[in-house]
Amino acid sequence: MSVATARDAAAKPEPGTLRRVAREYLRSPGATIALVVLVLVVLAATAAPLLSPQDPYDLRQVDVMDNLQPPGSRSWGGMLFLLGTDGQGRDIYSAILYGLRTSLVVGVLSGVLALAFGTLIGLVAASRGGFADTLIMRLVDLQLSLPPILVALILLVLLGNGTDKIILALVVVQWAFFARTVRGVAMVENARDYMDAARGLKLSPLRLLFSHLLPNCMPVLIVVGTVQVASAISLEATLSFLGLGLPPTEPSLGLLIANGFRYMMSGNWWVSVFPGLALLVTIMAFNVVGDRLRDVLNPRLQP
Amino acid sequence: MSVFILRRLLESGFVLVAMSLLVFFGVTVIGDPVRIFAAQECDQRCVAAIREQFGLDRPVWEQYAVFVGNALSGNLGKSFQFGLPALGVILGRAPATLELATAAVLLSVLVGVPLGMWAGLKPDALSSRAVMTLSTVAFSVPTFWIGLILIMVFALWLGWLPVVGRGQTVMVLGIEWSFLTLNGLKHLLLPAVTLSLFNIALVIRLTRAGMREVLFTDYVKFARAKGVHPLRILLTHVLKNIMIPVVTVLGLEFGGTVAFAVVTETIFSWPGMGKLLIDAIEVLDRPLIVAYLLLVVLLFVSVNLLVDILYSVLDPRVRLGGRSR
Repeated sequence: MSVATARDAAAKPEPGTLRRVAREYLRSPGATIALVVLVLVVLAATAAPLLSPQDPYDLRQVDVMDNLQPPGSRSWGGMLFLLGTDGQGRDIYSAILYGLRTSLVVGVLSGVLALAFGTLIGLVAASRGGFADTLIMRLVDLQLSLPPILVALILLVLLGNGTDKIILALVVVQWAFFARTVRGVAMVENARDYMDAARGLKLSPLRLLFSHLLPNCMPVLIVVGTVQVASAISLEATLSFLGLGLPPTEPSLGLLIANGFRYMMSGNWWVSVFPGLALLVTIMAFNVVGDRLRDVLNPRLQP
Repeated sequence: MSVFILRRLLESGFVLVAMSLLVFFGVTVIGDPVRIFAAQECDQRCVAAIREQFGLDRPVWEQYAVFVGNALSGNLGKSFQFGLPALGVILGRAPATLELATAAVLLSVLVGVPLGMWAGLKPDALSSRAVMTLSTVAFSVPTFWIGLILIMVFALWLGWLPVVGRGQTVMVLGIEWSFLTLNGLKHLLLPAVTLSLFNIALVIRLTRAGMREVLFTDYVKFARAKGVHPLRILLTHVLKNIMIPVVTVLGLEFGGTVAFAVVTETIFSWPGMGKLLIDAIEVLDRPLIVAYLLLVVLLFVSVNLLVDILYSVLDPRVRLGGRSR
């Protein structure tokens, strides 16, 4: 698919200006809503300490006496538990905001690192060609043929838990998508007139790569990046749910859901359901925005 | 043909070597192999015995050869929890996982193909749009959360289906199966639905895309002109052709489904390999972990190889395309 993506992106006469892309993007009401939701989610995660009534991980602010209160009830001190509390008396709404923060940081950071690494590898493959290209692409095929969850499981079992380790595992799982995409685009762009012209000017190879080739790969990279961040967040949540990702001191949404699972069996559904909804909304927002960007940046891919 | 198969065989062999290297280095270089293969209460003598068994005093490449030799002869150490050979314990749990994964793949065909055909037949209908939106949602929803919601609604609130376990099983060919009893089927339903959701979304999209292509081919037009009943066109001319990509992708996804069963089995306490793995990770039963990883990689590589070879037999264009790549 990515090769087709690449060809279509290149066949387009000119990458639209930012304003034109924005106008085109906003023509779809669903995608506009998704974008607004995405911005809100990011803002909420950033401003978590300001928006949440308590710091759920500050023991002085949490009272075990308030445990498993249903949504809408009030604490002994009169604080409103909008979405109820968990088994330790933590406000779920606050925990979601803090968890969202962790999930987003892990998802975006691993996405950006995978993008940087994958792009570099993809550019090397495209500009070197020959044996290096064959070797890299075989490696990419190999990586893509293994299910991400399996690779991540293996790595985390070997490395142990920790924020840095889960980010590493997510980068390993994702880099190949970027490498394949960039290599496809770069191959097409490399054969075009402006690259010939730039080569004719005897510009240094690094300058060719970074100021001529790379900017023309950006539209596709942004699309793949958005979708990959969504899948990274989802995978991290799944791994945390299995107890294999982040340490319990910084619970992401996945860990919140896992903790709530125990209470669900005894009828306290809110502990698990609300973090799950937050996760679902976040991932869907990323996916819808990514899909729309793909349509806007590559008009030929529209069904 | 034979060149294609040979090349794929070589590639599969390469994947196996790469994965065994990864696991080997993970086990011996990053971690301490004695700690990995020895139980907590292992004393000086038993540590020495393990050191000798795995040849830890020898050079690294020789150690790798010993590791591979041990793995090939099925000797991956004894599970601490069960005191039995790790490989045997894993294989004993494999049927439950395979049953679940097979049920999930069957479900995704039985649900996904009709929905995808409908969406491809009437692309502008409201119902088709709803189907496509649902498939987008199913792509986004983390599967484990859907599993929780299904348990909550169907097991806890409505009480229609049991929550956990495999239910009644029947012994056939010396292996226990759930799908042969009503009680077992009830236990199988929720985990299978959870596991199949992603594949259902995938099959819907594939089928719809296939429909959009096949419906406008000459042979379908010709059949229509001949006055063949529309339903017959759909079921014979169209269905056969859209099934090729669906079967391929599902075949390739089977390994992924088995790997993902780890999550589903954990939620539903389904006693398969995946649940075993997560339990083993919790108590650091390392021989069991290594055995699981190697076995699943082997299964995965074999399935991929099988699908590729079958496909190249069915559709000659694949091997031609494969060669020109």
